[in-house]
Amino acid sequence: MTDLTKETTEGAQEIKPRAETSDVERALEEGAVLRGISHEDVDVEISDDETMIINMGPQHPSTHGVLRLMLELDGETVLRCKPVIGYLHTGMEKQAEDLTFLQGSTNVTRMDYASPLNNELVFSMAVEALLEIEIPERAQWIRMLMSELQRMASHLLFLATNGMDLGAISMMIYGFRDRENVLAFFEKVTGLRMNHNYIRPGGVAADLPDGWRDDVLKLCDYLPPRLDEYDELLTGQPIWRERTQGIGVITTEQALALSATGPILRSTGYPWDLRRTMPYLHYDELEFDVVVGSYGDTFDRYAIRLNEVRESIRIVHQIVDKMPAGDYRVQDKKVTPPPRARIDESMEALIHHFKIFTEGFKVPEGEVYVAIESPRGELGCYLASDGSARPYRMHIRAPSFVNLQTLPHLMRGGLVADAVAIISSVDPIMGEVDR
Amino acid sequence: MTDQDVPTAEETQVDEPALIHGAPSSLSRGQLVVHVDRDGYLELVTALRDDGYAFCSDLTAIDYLLATDRPLPTGVTPERFEVVVSLLHMEEAKRVRVRAQVPEREPTLPTLFELFPGTEAMEREVYDLFGIVFDGHPDLTRILMPDEWEGHPLRKDYPIGRIPVQFKDAPGPR
Repeated sequence: MTDLTKETTEGAQEIKPRAETSDVERALEEGAVLRGISHEDVDVEISDDETMIINMGPQHPSTHGVLRLMLELDGETVLRCKPVIGYLHTGMEKQAEDLTFLQGSTNVTRMDYASPLNNELVFSMAVEALLEIEIPERAQWIRMLMSELQRMASHLLFLATNGMDLGAISMMIYGFRDRENVLAFFEKVTGLRMNHNYIRPGGVAADLPDGWRDDVLKLCDYLPPRLDEYDELLTGQPIWRERTQGIGVITTEQALALSATGPILRSTGYPWDLRRTMPYLHYDELEFDVVVGSYGDTFDRYAIRLNEVRESIRIVHQIVDKMPAGDYRVQDKKVTPPPRARIDESMEALIHHFKIFTEGFKVPEGEVYVAIESPRGELGCYLASDGSARPYRMHIRAPSFVNLQTLPHLMRGGLVADAVAIISSVDPIMGEVDR
Repeated sequence: MTDQDVPTAEETQVDEPALIHGAPSSLSRGQLVVHVDRDGYLELVTALRDDGYAFCSDLTAIDYLLATDRPLPTGVTPERFEVVVSLLHMEEAKRVRVRAQVPEREPTLPTLFELFPGTEAMEREVYDLFGIVFDGHPDLTRILMPDEWEGHPLRKDYPIGRIPVQFKDAPGPR
């Protein structure tokens, strides 16, 4: 065991044997801060030779990418858990300082690869807040349409992997199958299944293609019977309930203290959804329910995501009805390149086009923090500009990164087999955690 | 905090900034920002939390090495680093941002861990990428970079481009 800590490079980041753990750290791991008790009251009676520290991941199929967990086990019971992250760190925030504001959305879209459009949306909204420009109505509604479809795709992926982690392999096939239908629509609109670079500062890259309405409505007719099937397959099934109910319980106070958002916070019964509580775009004009749970367990987090797909379908129907006509990007020559046809006939338009894509546009000095509700929680973007064409600093507040902190508290006292269910229910996307 | 404490757009035009718990404030694109130095940091965040800003949504930092002449309200001494904390008032659905000045010579700041346990990972990230030390943090280790990494990548004097990749026991660069 001691050899293991010497050989890897993350020595100090790993979980330490009890004897070497400081009192404060031990209290943290036992959740003393959340329960408001001093570390002297924390039960640390079990001696080291009865417990075992094992490593789960980073290449474990159910750790959703390269999440590594150090677990201290007493038999099959998890006593402590510490996530070790950073395996996917590629310095995207540093890279963003070297890309223009226009190139920035190609960078952020690769962070949360299960819901790339939300990342583009929050980055674009931050740039627009700095520029203080209002984008056209149609562009805003297109953004809403796309981000709701993205939420459906992301939650379907969650249902697939959650099913797989708990042994419902057929659920994995179904989830991926249905998600592919959403991605097919994205491919039609943006040209790509993922990493679209579709939502850009100033609007969206292209207008919706002909026949988009039929495609979306077909999708909205296709999904509800499938969701009912999942209900039959999983929700009512005794084995599924046995594996998820009462597993990984968290209270509202704990979730708030740990800054957890999204389905984790809502599963405790706290109706916090930025689309409703701090509306952006035109979410205040739509009718939808914020789905909440009541026990804060793994089952609630599953049920919330399943029902949020239904709510998203409801929202998409309203968006299809209300979609206004008009421009899909702002007619501000500073931000928007000239239309393709003008480039062929006008020298100035060609120069303008060239300048925007090589130099980029300058953004006035300042700093903003903009947040939206991604499928995983509050996705924020802190953007600072020094007046040049590149961000001075771009920080993404990644919901998965913050939500991962709940893992030790969810796992404490549970079984190793439940650990898999709990990781899955937090739904971390490692690209976003490590950035 | 009552509504009167929040300055409107007109109020920020005047030279004397509005004070929130004794700290100067400003509006950045309509968003409320409170400026504070290291000594008043913990006190201010505690006071804001008691005001109802009970949710810490984000904690990050920014290195102003290349932009020292940034606009700040009077009474705020610019330093090289700023730690930026975004707090959220959930009942009234409003945000406030605390910008704390951290000097280059001794980049330390008290931890917010006791107030908001959720800042644990965020402060580790700032320590890792900026080298700002949070006094009292229970487990201040690198979180994204390997332990033996030299330097703090998000500092402005840390170059982008070719740097020898540091992995333990790996052969060095030729």
